[in-house]
Amino acid sequence: MSEALLLTLPKLTSQRVRWSEILSDVLVRFFALIPLSALGFIMYMIIRKGAGTITWSFLSQMPLNGMTEGGIFPCIFGTLAITLLMILMALPLGVAAAIYLTEFAGRGFFFRVIRAAVNNLAGVPSIVFGLFGVGFFILFVGRSFDHVLKTGMLFGQPCMLWAAATLAVLVLPVIIVSTEEALNAVPQSQRSASLALGATKWQTIWHVVLPQARGGILTGAILSISRGAGETAPILFTGCAYFLPRLPVVHLFGVIPIVNPFDQFMELSYHIFIMATQSLDAVKTLPIQYGTTLVLISLTFFLNFTAIIFRIHFRKKMGMVSV
Amino acid sequence: MLIAEENQGIGEKTNMGTRTLAGGVLSDREDVTRNPIKIFTRELDMYYGAVRALQGITAEIKERAVTALIGPSGCGKSTFLRTLNRMNDTIPGARIEGTVMIDGVNIYGADVNVAALRRMVGMVFQKQNPFPKSIFDNVAYGPRLHGITDKAVLEHMVEESLKKSAIWDEVKDRLDTSAMQLSGGQQQRLCIARVLAVGPEIILMDEPASALDPLSTAKIEELIHQLRKNYTIVIVTHNMQQAARVSDFTAYFYMGSLVEFGETKTIFTNPTKKETEDYITGRFG
Repeated sequence: MSEALLLTLPKLTSQRVRWSEILSDVLVRFFALIPLSALGFIMYMIIRKGAGTITWSFLSQMPLNGMTEGGIFPCIFGTLAITLLMILMALPLGVAAAIYLTEFAGRGFFFRVIRAAVNNLAGVPSIVFGLFGVGFFILFVGRSFDHVLKTGMLFGQPCMLWAAATLAVLVLPVIIVSTEEALNAVPQSQRSASLALGATKWQTIWHVVLPQARGGILTGAILSISRGAGETAPILFTGCAYFLPRLPVVHLFGVIPIVNPFDQFMELSYHIFIMATQSLDAVKTLPIQYGTTLVLISLTFFLNFTAIIFRIHFRKKMGMVSV
Repeated sequence: MLIAEENQGIGEKTNMGTRTLAGGVLSDREDVTRNPIKIFTRELDMYYGAVRALQGITAEIKERAVTALIGPSGCGKSTFLRTLNRMNDTIPGARIEGTVMIDGVNIYGADVNVAALRRMVGMVFQKQNPFPKSIFDNVAYGPRLHGITDKAVLEHMVEESLKKSAIWDEVKDRLDTSAMQLSGGQQQRLCIARVLAVGPEIILMDEPASALDPLSTAKIEELIHQLRKNYTIVIVTHNMQQAARVSDFTAYFYMGSLVEFGETKTIFTNPTKKETEDYITGRFG
């Protein structure tokens, strides 16, 4: 055999530098740093300019002097109230839908149609949800209620109830998908064990599947709260107010204060939007804008962080290694 | 000539029991051939979609005896097992024809309560599948489902079931700890206790020891021997020696058909069919 056909191995001790290797290494590192630095820059700006504003009175006071001074308490209150109302509506609906999809639907035509609908729902721009909220919840559902129940204009106008319902539709895909994942992660052998002991399908879902999927469902719920808390467009037309001189609270039997779902409300992200665009004195209110942004971002970060902790805990419990 | 020599002594009594074709020794045990029939299948066909998984299975399974189902992988023995408590119902596209009678009742009849059937016909799976709950809650799961809430009654049932499945002494001091902390063999005996707690008459076992070490396997086999006095047991196994050790009757399945069914003694020493002998002696499968 001729010598030329044999491949010659490089010397084991050769120090040839491969520039293409080094270049691509540097490039991917650089690109990976871009999102990190963007986040870092945003956080730096907001904390540097907003941290000084955060005082107890800022968090606990009503806005004063045409919202150029004072605090943002009604916005914090409104955000918490609306996301609570939202999750109360979205969670049962989303979990029920996910149970149907994983446990009952099979893999037929109907299943695929619903799947596609859920995926498309997740891709709808949030302003469209806002318009949908006005058209469907306020004008159609609300006005119909008023007409049938003879309640005047109680249901047929923007209020916390419809804003929360609109947000609930927006976060429904998040809840459905995360619940589906959690249900599918419960091994089939667990269902078999329960069924073989004489449990019905519902008993099996209730006593075996759901308890084991609890962590995953909760994670999805927290993530959707975080998503809902940061949205502005869906509540723009459906219930949030530019300014409200009172909290949306009603006194049950004249004494017990509860959130009034038929009142309008102020909200953090919307407050930032109007302070930046429609304020009486946009320069004077700059610290308030930064402070409000910091509060909102801290709230969503806190929620996301809680969700991550939940997920790690849940995956450990299910015996999965990767996080 | 060689084969004749090898086969010498097959069916002969040794001081330990009867020597078998599979190489092991059959222990002598009391005669159960006159026991009444518990399960009777007639012309049982089973389909997964268009695939015919069982073909015309007609079999009689005796009460308070151990019946082993043997055969190569995919021969239908596990499928047959799951038709006996209708676990195949949960598989989309599964369909059966023919009848399965338990105590004279067609379990595929229109008025049959499947949940009640599965209480009567318990099942132990190949891979131990305890719930990620406490040992106590695992065993109490069935009784609670069926409406027992009294704590004293539950405690009694849990203790009885754990004793019957020979695991009580190992877990009695830690009933509140998670079942996931038990060893594989302990988990499998816990799963048997969980089945016993709902008061079954028949116990189906789908290769209950295939995922276990030899010592745990021996414990399960000993347990099967104990349970046989009060329960009708049908066990699927890939292990010929195990079938010979634990069973009174053996059914040999091949490609969805029941090739031969008879007393384990006969099947393992003097089978009628050539295929059965080939499988048992390890020349095939």
